[in-house]
Amino acid sequence: MIESPLVPTADTEKPRKKARQPWTFDRISFVLVFLVLPLALFSVFVVWPFVQAFWYSLTDWSGFTPDMNFVGLENYQKLLDDDIFMTSLRNNIFLAIVVPFVTVVLAFALATMITVGGSAHGATRGLKGSSFYRVISFFPYTIPAIVIGLIWLQMFDPSNGLLNGVLTGIGLDGFESYPWLGDTRTAMPASMFVIIWGFVGFYMVLFVAAIKSVPGELYDAARIDGAGRLRTAFSVTLPLIRDNVQTAYIYLGILALDAFVYMAALNPGGGPENSTLVMPQRLLITAFEKGQFGLASAMGVVMAVATLVFAAIVFTVNRLLGGRQEGVRR
Amino acid sequence: MTAGTDTSQPAATQDPPPTGRKQKRTGDRSVATVAHVILGIWAALVIVPLLWTLLSSFKTSSEIFSSPFTLPAHWSFDNYVSAWTSEGIGRYFVNTIVVVGTALVLVMLLGSMCAYVLARFAFPGNRLIYYMMLVGLTFPIFLAIVPLFFVLKGFGILNTLPGLIITYVAFALPFTVFFLYPFFKVLPQDVSEAAEIDGAGEWRKFFQVMLPMAKPGIASVAIFNFLGLWNQFLLPVALNTKRENYVLSQGMAAFASRAGYNTDYGRLFAAVVITIVPVLVVYIIFQRQLQGSVSQGAGK
Repeated sequence: MIESPLVPTADTEKPRKKARQPWTFDRISFVLVFLVLPLALFSVFVVWPFVQAFWYSLTDWSGFTPDMNFVGLENYQKLLDDDIFMTSLRNNIFLAIVVPFVTVVLAFALATMITVGGSAHGATRGLKGSSFYRVISFFPYTIPAIVIGLIWLQMFDPSNGLLNGVLTGIGLDGFESYPWLGDTRTAMPASMFVIIWGFVGFYMVLFVAAIKSVPGELYDAARIDGAGRLRTAFSVTLPLIRDNVQTAYIYLGILALDAFVYMAALNPGGGPENSTLVMPQRLLITAFEKGQFGLASAMGVVMAVATLVFAAIVFTVNRLLGGRQEGVRR
Repeated sequence: MTAGTDTSQPAATQDPPPTGRKQKRTGDRSVATVAHVILGIWAALVIVPLLWTLLSSFKTSSEIFSSPFTLPAHWSFDNYVSAWTSEGIGRYFVNTIVVVGTALVLVMLLGSMCAYVLARFAFPGNRLIYYMMLVGLTFPIFLAIVPLFFVLKGFGILNTLPGLIITYVAFALPFTVFFLYPFFKVLPQDVSEAAEIDGAGEWRKFFQVMLPMAKPGIASVAIFNFLGLWNQFLLPVALNTKRENYVLSQGMAAFASRAGYNTDYGRLFAAVVITIVPVLVVYIIFQRQLQGSVSQGAGK
């Protein structure tokens, strides 16, 4: 079995023997200040609100009065019957299926081109001028998500947007004043494109870094065995950077199960026939406009559960695939 | 880290025998050409929208409507001036610098303190705190947003910049602790012991020995925290609703929704450029270090 070189070594270090030291005033004051200060902040502003949210989701609290009745799972029942919320949940799930997959595939393809697109001889060589592509690719990551949304909102503009300008310019007159974000058929794909545009470059850079830390001998061995570039990418590179792919997939999944900022910029009202409505948009309206804080908290719990289920699926799939590949290699 | 450079590594093996060589070289070249074409298309896809935004920011609104795809008739900075002053982008910009700057310093200090204690001291509850941080990292902020609103209200810091700063610090803390933990974990024990023999207490040891040694890790985490906080949108939208306290991201959203009615697109594009350029310039200057940070993140 080949050990991935990217697994952190920190956790395998022997536990340090610290117990022999006496608990002096210096040590006690140090641990207290260093631990208590951050943890107090973390508990009050992160842990406590999360705990409260679970409790509120079981009440009919409006937020404006202290009245609060325990209603059990009634809020969750309401969500199941709420067509608009279920649409937003479906949209988020759809996003979580498409966005991570497409982003990771594109990022991996581009990273492979940059790293092994060069010579097929000797050690892994970068493509000439690859640093140019890497620098450019990272640009979107430095732009705030809301601004990315605004830029593409203008790009997609039916009459003044660059996209329709280019399409009609090359003779596709059917696209003259075509509303990309206003048509149910294209609103969601166009919104997905924007999210993917924002993240491909970042994960490409991450994968390039991971691929470069793969020992060159492995590629030589694959070449001597007669593996082509495509085969090498799938059978050598991909298994070796599996942990990075998993991390990317989970982060992108969490992002897609939220997607609030992009949707708020592109289609603040949820898009044509709610085709781009996502759960966070419903949550904010339910909480701060309708004043149904109990119900809004239940939506938050659904989002959290969806995130955890997604992470669990990614871990499981990775483990299953990993087990198989290791078996083959042996 | 090798990722910061793209120079060819020395060849580890000899080239294949000269017979098949010519064929392979042409194969290399065509693969390289295809790669360049695809990467070129991708690069254009990234750059063109940004360039178009830049060009449009110099146009008047009527020009944007009449000729959206030409160069501006006059290169004037009027849009920038009015976006900065009358649209309040200047004020949002200053607010953002104050909030993100303060929060970044605080979270790096508190985060490294916490990560250090968790990584190097054995005490009951250590693992529990670590896993709680991990949970805090994965749970959506949306779940916390409603109760958080009332927590801040209770402290009387709702709709204030200090309230926003504290919230930023608290929510960036799990990420910071989680990613600094391995850096402190692998610092050599003998340096720590040497400092003790020299009579340094825990406080001095941390600030004068350990913290400087963890600098590479702290730099990478700080970069990601900066970008994350600079991008933060939900927390200010829900918890910071006074217009004079707006940060850049929410100010941009508010500006855009208003621009939808009075359609001053020139100013909107100028505001977009003002938001992008500072970070982009810093990125281009430090891109080598940043790419190094990404590769360190990849190893963790």
